[in-house]
Amino acid sequence: MEGTEARLKTLMSEAQRGDAAAYERLLAALATHLRAFFRRRLSRDPDSVEDLVQETLIAVHNQRHTFAPDQPFTPWVHAIAKYKLIDAFRRRAARPEEPLPEDDALDVLAERATEAATAKRDVAKLLATLPAHFRLPIEQVKLQGLSVQEASVRTGMSVSAVKIGIHRGLKLLARNLQVVSDAHG
Amino acid sequence: MHTDELVRMLATRLEPVPVGAVRQRWSYALALSMSIAFILMWWSLGLRPTLSTTVALPMFWIKLGLPSFLLAGGLLATTRLARPGARLGHTPWLIAAPVILIWALAAFTLIDAPADARGTLLYGDSWRVCPFLIAELSLPTFIATLWALRGLAPTQLRRTGAAAGLLAGAVGALVYSLHCPELAAPFIGLWYVLGIALPTALGACLGPRLLRW
Repeated sequence: MEGTEARLKTLMSEAQRGDAAAYERLLAALATHLRAFFRRRLSRDPDSVEDLVQETLIAVHNQRHTFAPDQPFTPWVHAIAKYKLIDAFRRRAARPEEPLPEDDALDVLAERATEAATAKRDVAKLLATLPAHFRLPIEQVKLQGLSVQEASVRTGMSVSAVKIGIHRGLKLLARNLQVVSDAHG
Repeated sequence: MHTDELVRMLATRLEPVPVGAVRQRWSYALALSMSIAFILMWWSLGLRPTLSTTVALPMFWIKLGLPSFLLAGGLLATTRLARPGARLGHTPWLIAAPVILIWALAAFTLIDAPADARGTLLYGDSWRVCPFLIAELSLPTFIATLWALRGLAPTQLRRTGAAAGLLAGAVGALVYSLHCPELAAPFIGLWYVLGIALPTALGACLGPRLLRW
């Protein structure tokens, strides 16, 4: 465990300085850890595991400025994951008419463990519903990999508007993920 | 979207995190809201006319000291609670200590005083307005602190709301103490503490609703 903490913390420090490759490795490693974390705690509702993994990854991204380099990394991620889990439970408790899946859902757990990875709620579809001044910067910079300057030229938005669009758009996306799961569970 | 794709999307064209962004957010919020509270006090209540002579009295500094220490404790608690996974450590004791000290001082003062003077020591001339004026002067900081927190990631919302309210209440009391004519420890221990407790309770109530992310 100590090795994991040191490795992830190093990746996080590099990511905060703007190292995209380190960040991708960090998020990929986190996805694996988070999947195990949520699967243990959502044994009655394995369908929601990948939703929560994705929701937490976006939360980690949106809140990455709140990680202080002098702070241990594992408790930081753990607190975010736990917060997202409790939030999901709270939303579920607000809709008692929808019964929790029966325990036989446990049987399929083994298969799910290997396949994983496609969520019920499609982030791509949610992205398509965002207003253009959020959606275009995210599509062009985060999906097509254009630079902020290139996206600025293509969209006619200023460079700072593109940056703000990405930032606010991802926040709105995180919020819409909660709303959608409120509606469909 | 597959989780691998999401990971790739989040990492693409990653922008570095600005150094000191969180600290800057707090500095803006506090500097601006404290100035507004001070101006509000100056315009609507006015500085205490005898302030220049009162500064020589030790009790004036004790009256300033209570909110100052609570401000430090509240700020420490709020900024820590705003980061996921950060521990409060000894902060609750740092907050309790000045309150316990002023209560001890108030108790000594009351025991020491003749029976017919105790009412004056406790109620002064302004007990009816004191806690409400403190709560009112805490509002700018209350709003600014909640704004700062909405850009951060508190995970214990009720506690964080209470800490934010405490911070705001301490600022309100500190600013109000420059107007307030009272100097008796029992008065400070009761009405100042109550004035600070009002926004603290409000923060605890509103935290879970306003600080969700």
